[in-house]
Amino acid sequence: MVDLLSVTDLTVGFATENGTARVLDHVSFAMRPGEIMGLVGESGCGKTTLARAILGVLPNNAAIASGSISFAQTDLLGRDTAAIRGRDITFIPQDPFGSFSPLFSVGDQIGELMRWKSPDRAPGDTGYTRTRRRADAARIQAALAAVQLPDIERLLRKYPHELSGGQRQRVMVAMALLPEPKLVIADEPTTALDVTIQAQILKLLRQLATERGASVLFTTHDLGTAWEICDRVTVMYAGQEAETAPVADFFARPRHPYTAALLDSLPTQGAALLGIPGDVPSPFAPPPGCRFHPRCPRATDLCRASHNETAEPAPGHFVRCHHPNEWPIQDGGPAS
Amino acid sequence: MRLLALALRRFLWMPPTLLGLTLIVFSVSHVIPSDPARVLAGENASIEQVETLRRKFGLDQPLPVQFVRYVSDVVGGNMGISLYTQRPVATDLIERLPATFELALFAIALAIMLGLPLGVVSALMRNSWLDQIVRLVTIGGLAMAAFWLAILLQLLFSMQWNLTPVQGRIDGWGPDPITGFYTVDALIRGDLDTFLTALRYLFLPMMTLAIPAMATIVRFTRAGVLNVMNSPFVFYQAAMGLPRRVVIWKYILRAALIGTLTQIGLVFGNLLAGAVVVETVFSWPGLGTYAYNSILQSDYNAIMGFTLFTGSVFIGMNLLVDIAQAVLDPRGR
Amino acid sequence: MKTLLRLFRDRALLAGFVLISLLVLAAIFATPLSNFPDHVSGFDPAHRLKPPGATFWLGTDRMGADLYSRLLFGARLTILISISATGVAVLIGVPMGLIAGYFDRWYSDLLMRISDVFLAVPQIVLAIAIAQTLGPAIQNVILALSATYWPFWARIVYAETRSLRNEVFIEAAIAMGASPLRVMVLHVLPSIASSIIVRTTIGMGATILAAASLGFLGLGAPPPTPEWGRMIAESREFLPQAWWYATAPGIAILLVVMGFNLLGDGLRDALDPRIRRGG
Repeated sequence: MVDLLSVTDLTVGFATENGTARVLDHVSFAMRPGEIMGLVGESGCGKTTLARAILGVLPNNAAIASGSISFAQTDLLGRDTAAIRGRDITFIPQDPFGSFSPLFSVGDQIGELMRWKSPDRAPGDTGYTRTRRRADAARIQAALAAVQLPDIERLLRKYPHELSGGQRQRVMVAMALLPEPKLVIADEPTTALDVTIQAQILKLLRQLATERGASVLFTTHDLGTAWEICDRVTVMYAGQEAETAPVADFFARPRHPYTAALLDSLPTQGAALLGIPGDVPSPFAPPPGCRFHPRCPRATDLCRASHNETAEPAPGHFVRCHHPNEWPIQDGGPAS
Repeated sequence: MRLLALALRRFLWMPPTLLGLTLIVFSVSHVIPSDPARVLAGENASIEQVETLRRKFGLDQPLPVQFVRYVSDVVGGNMGISLYTQRPVATDLIERLPATFELALFAIALAIMLGLPLGVVSALMRNSWLDQIVRLVTIGGLAMAAFWLAILLQLLFSMQWNLTPVQGRIDGWGPDPITGFYTVDALIRGDLDTFLTALRYLFLPMMTLAIPAMATIVRFTRAGVLNVMNSPFVFYQAAMGLPRRVVIWKYILRAALIGTLTQIGLVFGNLLAGAVVVETVFSWPGLGTYAYNSILQSDYNAIMGFTLFTGSVFIGMNLLVDIAQAVLDPRGR
Repeated sequence: MKTLLRLFRDRALLAGFVLISLLVLAAIFATPLSNFPDHVSGFDPAHRLKPPGATFWLGTDRMGADLYSRLLFGARLTILISISATGVAVLIGVPMGLIAGYFDRWYSDLLMRISDVFLAVPQIVLAIAIAQTLGPAIQNVILALSATYWPFWARIVYAETRSLRNEVFIEAAIAMGASPLRVMVLHVLPSIASSIIVRTTIGMGATILAAASLGFLGLGAPPPTPEWGRMIAESREFLPQAWWYATAPGIAILLVVMGFNLLGDGLRDALDPRIRRGG
């Protein structure tokens, strides 16, 4: 199958007062149409930067040093992606509280999005005809009903501060799907919400995206969340992808020692990542060789000295490690 | 509701605040030794004349009695007789009000018309040469003594280039009053010459008041826009590819303006204060020169009248700002 | 030293620091720096209203005195007035704000209402009234300014103290049995010191402007004190011929006030943890 999105060798640096922080370092991964992919990692591992790079909204002090991002056979880097953003690639933010302007009603803000990003809008069209407006109004009604929001007429007249966090994030999900995108990028979309509401919204997102044939790239620091809704998972460590695998394979047969340690540190499903000894390396001075070797129980001189490339030991299972677990388990076995 | 409740609270606090203000000014002008009757009678007056005046104005009563009497008079709309002009203070103030308001309104209008766009553009083009110039001018505008700026403008525009009159408000008499604003009255009466003359007189004092006011507005607008540009909703809108001009001129500007609005209220209050100095330099026949002359003459009824009046305008402006904010910001409704 | 260097990477802060250092140096070394130290109160009819030149760098005034020398001695006055006026205002305002903010009794509200009364009228109006009643003298200018400017400190200290009151470290100190005075001085005050410093720096500029206005209106120090505002007032009858007469003291005021404003802005950026956290 042809990839919907492929990121190849992407390197992004942030210019700061203390020098350049290499937040992404030769990251590669791909997504197929219709799949839900989880981007998992501790905070600071670069997953949010990766999401922003795909959207084309990196902060001003960030620079792409190498690599390419191609979406639906077109290269996204080095061109203005404003027409693609919000239309073919949409976004669900982490913070549903701040992501609405407090000064405009919910209806106004959904309307604004549809004025520019409705599937009916021809490129370059700056007007908003009555026909289009009417069609969009019906779409909005349907979308808000689909995310199970009651009393839509009243909701549209309300201001964001009058909505609960869960309601706001439902509106965000609706807004992400309204333009009928091919890809939705959701950056930790439920971190700011109650645990009970998190699950509801995630299931809704999965269900609606699947129905509409949209892919979802979903960042989270929570493995349990990834387990629940993703088809495939990429785990990131210190600005590099460590392992990519289908979700069942990922949880049952982890190959990277970091993944194994992560799974080990899960007391029950749904808990946050905890308990790997050592610290995440500084993006200013990453360790030579494998990024994980200072914390790795299996590190050898090879890991300390030489850079590791991503390999594909089993079909669809990618790992960036000099000494990955072999499945079925051979000598010594996995860390667990 | 929060902001409206605040506005109501502020409104209810207005009378006690003004009462407190009266007490302060009353103390300053009565308790501190200076004898208003003596001042009033003039240097050559006999002791009997002074005493007659003292009785006539009730200055022989104990101070608390005088204070209570003054306050009850003010509540009834009577601010006393100006010891200097020998006319009711309220009449004096009302007569001089249009001159000051015309000046202050023109100045604030100019300051807003220039300050808002400059602040926005400066923030959008952050660290460009334009931004650097705007910031430098702003810093200078805030550090300049108003009276010095006035003299500098007189020196250049009036004395050097002969473009504007040095001081005054009009040649001869102004147009027959309708609003009391010479420019507006002249326009209403279709007298273009008088309008232009009035405008030329207005120009320098208006600039003197407008430049620091503009600096404040630029500063707060710039900071407000920069602040809003960093908010998550702006990032969301950018991530969803909304046109940049829509994001800036609709969403960012509206949010930034609410902060600037508070400042505009304060700036207008400060314009009235600045008027005392600026009107004096330009011999502008408004409340400022009136206040200055009353202070020099120890005309305490007039001083208290002016202070109370300015205080009311000041508090009133804050009230208006609260209400406007409640209207503009749905969170306050 | 390293911190200082890091601070000065902020150009505004550096510029403010340089300007204020120049003011202080001018005040300290006024005598050796001036060309005609005796001109402060001298009278030299032969050199009245001379334009700037090799002998009189900034020209002379109506008494024939060297403006450059008078400006230098005026710097002393400027520093004296601004430091004493803001100093007294801080001494009144900070304790009032602390008490009103720390305790939640009937007088808390009363204290803040009193400061509201002072804020209900533009500062300069009240200062003019007070200064006029007291008569023209330096100490009266200082009194008038501190009596009108203290509410600014009361307000900010009140607000910051209120927001600190529920912080864990304050509650812990109270739970350990520290007296209110001890908590206020040892725990609250250090945490809000940076706001007070920033406010005071900017307040110095404001008081200098206000003092100059009083001087200009004839309510400041009596002549022949080399007060900058008064010098500008004196110059008016000799305009436009003696343009330098008004220009020199005006620029001096501008630079000094600008210096304090820049320093205050820079310090706020450097000290305010909220901004640092956001950036």
